[in-house]
Amino acid sequence: MSNVPADLKYTKSHEWVRPLQDGTVEIGITDHAQHALGDLVFVEVPDVGRHLKAGEACAVVESVKAASDVYAPLAGEVTAGNPKLAGEPEVVNADAYGAGWLMRLRPAPGALEAAQLLSAAAYQEVLDAEGD
Amino acid sequence: MGRQTPLFGLHQELGARIVDFGGWDMPVQYGSQIGEHHAVRRAAGVFDVSHMCVIDLKGERTRAFLQQLLANDVAKLKTPGKALYSCLLNESGGILDDLIAYYLSDTFYRLVVNAGTRDKDLAWITQYAQAFGVTVSERADLAMLAVQGPDARAKAAQLLSGADAAAALALDVFVGRALGSWFVARTGYTGEDGFEIMMPAQDAVAAWRSLNSLGVASCGLGARDTLRLEAGMNLYGNDMDEATHPYESALAWTVALEPRGRAFIGRPALEAIIAAGSPRKLVGLLLEDRGVLRGHQKVLIAGVGEGEITSGTFSPTLERSIAFARVPVATGAAVQVDIRGKLLNARVVKPPFVRFGRSLIT
Repeated sequence: MSNVPADLKYTKSHEWVRPLQDGTVEIGITDHAQHALGDLVFVEVPDVGRHLKAGEACAVVESVKAASDVYAPLAGEVTAGNPKLAGEPEVVNADAYGAGWLMRLRPAPGALEAAQLLSAAAYQEVLDAEGD
Repeated sequence: MGRQTPLFGLHQELGARIVDFGGWDMPVQYGSQIGEHHAVRRAAGVFDVSHMCVIDLKGERTRAFLQQLLANDVAKLKTPGKALYSCLLNESGGILDDLIAYYLSDTFYRLVVNAGTRDKDLAWITQYAQAFGVTVSERADLAMLAVQGPDARAKAAQLLSGADAAAALALDVFVGRALGSWFVARTGYTGEDGFEIMMPAQDAVAAWRSLNSLGVASCGLGARDTLRLEAGMNLYGNDMDEATHPYESALAWTVALEPRGRAFIGRPALEAIIAAGSPRKLVGLLLEDRGVLRGHQKVLIAGVGEGEITSGTFSPTLERSIAFARVPVATGAAVQVDIRGKLLNARVVKPPFVRFGRSLIT
């Protein structure tokens, strides 16, 4: 059974979004996603300043077995990539919603509203439908 | 749903993630794949390899038959129980499969072939066996457990009675023998010491549980793949297949060209390849930059040409990415690999990367 914190927003492709005080958002992959991938051994995050479109492949998480794309949940400009992940990709397995965040974005005007992110309950339904 | 081994129910009970492997429902991992890998390098792990196909060959002319069938020469096997690794080639020198042949007596040899090639192999072997009057029997009644790691033999021996345990522990490398209804061989696919044990299917669950209770970790095919890659061992279907021959698959050492008169299947084709020179070779790669090498990534060799990765992974022992790649024969020490459009630097190295728990990379 996956952990789905109530205070975050989600995508069907298993990213989470946390609005921060300064107007930016923090993005990562969900507990379900990290568990499905297995032990992560490499994480590639986007460069600061890159402008992302909603749904654009913007990061890569690789387990021993395979590489998977991470998709931008909303449009915006990258303000930070998690520097810890270059040396310790396993942090995503250990703390997917905390220290294992992937990137921070400054949302494009109206992008947060336009993204139609899922509530925790709605994301849980996605997981239930996938048989998790 | 695919075919299932006698241990399938136990894998589910142990919480394994099940994947399709060559038409079989097999455990890829039970918990952490990296944890399972380290268990084998540092202590002991057990793998279900019952999906592999055991074939018994019997008849007065079995040796002569295998001397025609296999690229390696079973005449090298002088003492009962001794095993030989060989390619099974087609007439063009392409690799139909790789296998282990055990010499059990002058009229009885045992082959262990890959799961995904079982039907093709059985048809091929049966077709050539007829002329020699050799009977071909698939031993679907057997399960096979691979117990691997520095502690593996001592742990596995505890499943046997005193005399059998002593006999198992006395086995030389690449030798097997029947102990009661079990066949215990000091072989493996991990670069560690250990046993592969064939046993009646009904013994498998109890044996696995006993190994677990002795501290032997359940390990899936995920760890098996990273271990064999570190150990420099090819995987059929990835690193070689019917479209490739031994000389471009780092398997020249498995082809016995002496004695010159031995007319094995594929020999004329291989002799033509040797005369012309193989344009490609299979090498090991060590990624110098951060990232993970994967099968089918393109390899670029400045001034020489291009090649392709056949198997790649993250090496848990080296904590870097390693791979095998098929490249032009003139390839030197440095190459680049195209990973999602970025060119990363890799070094050509001679496998194995890891043996007996230790890095061989300098």
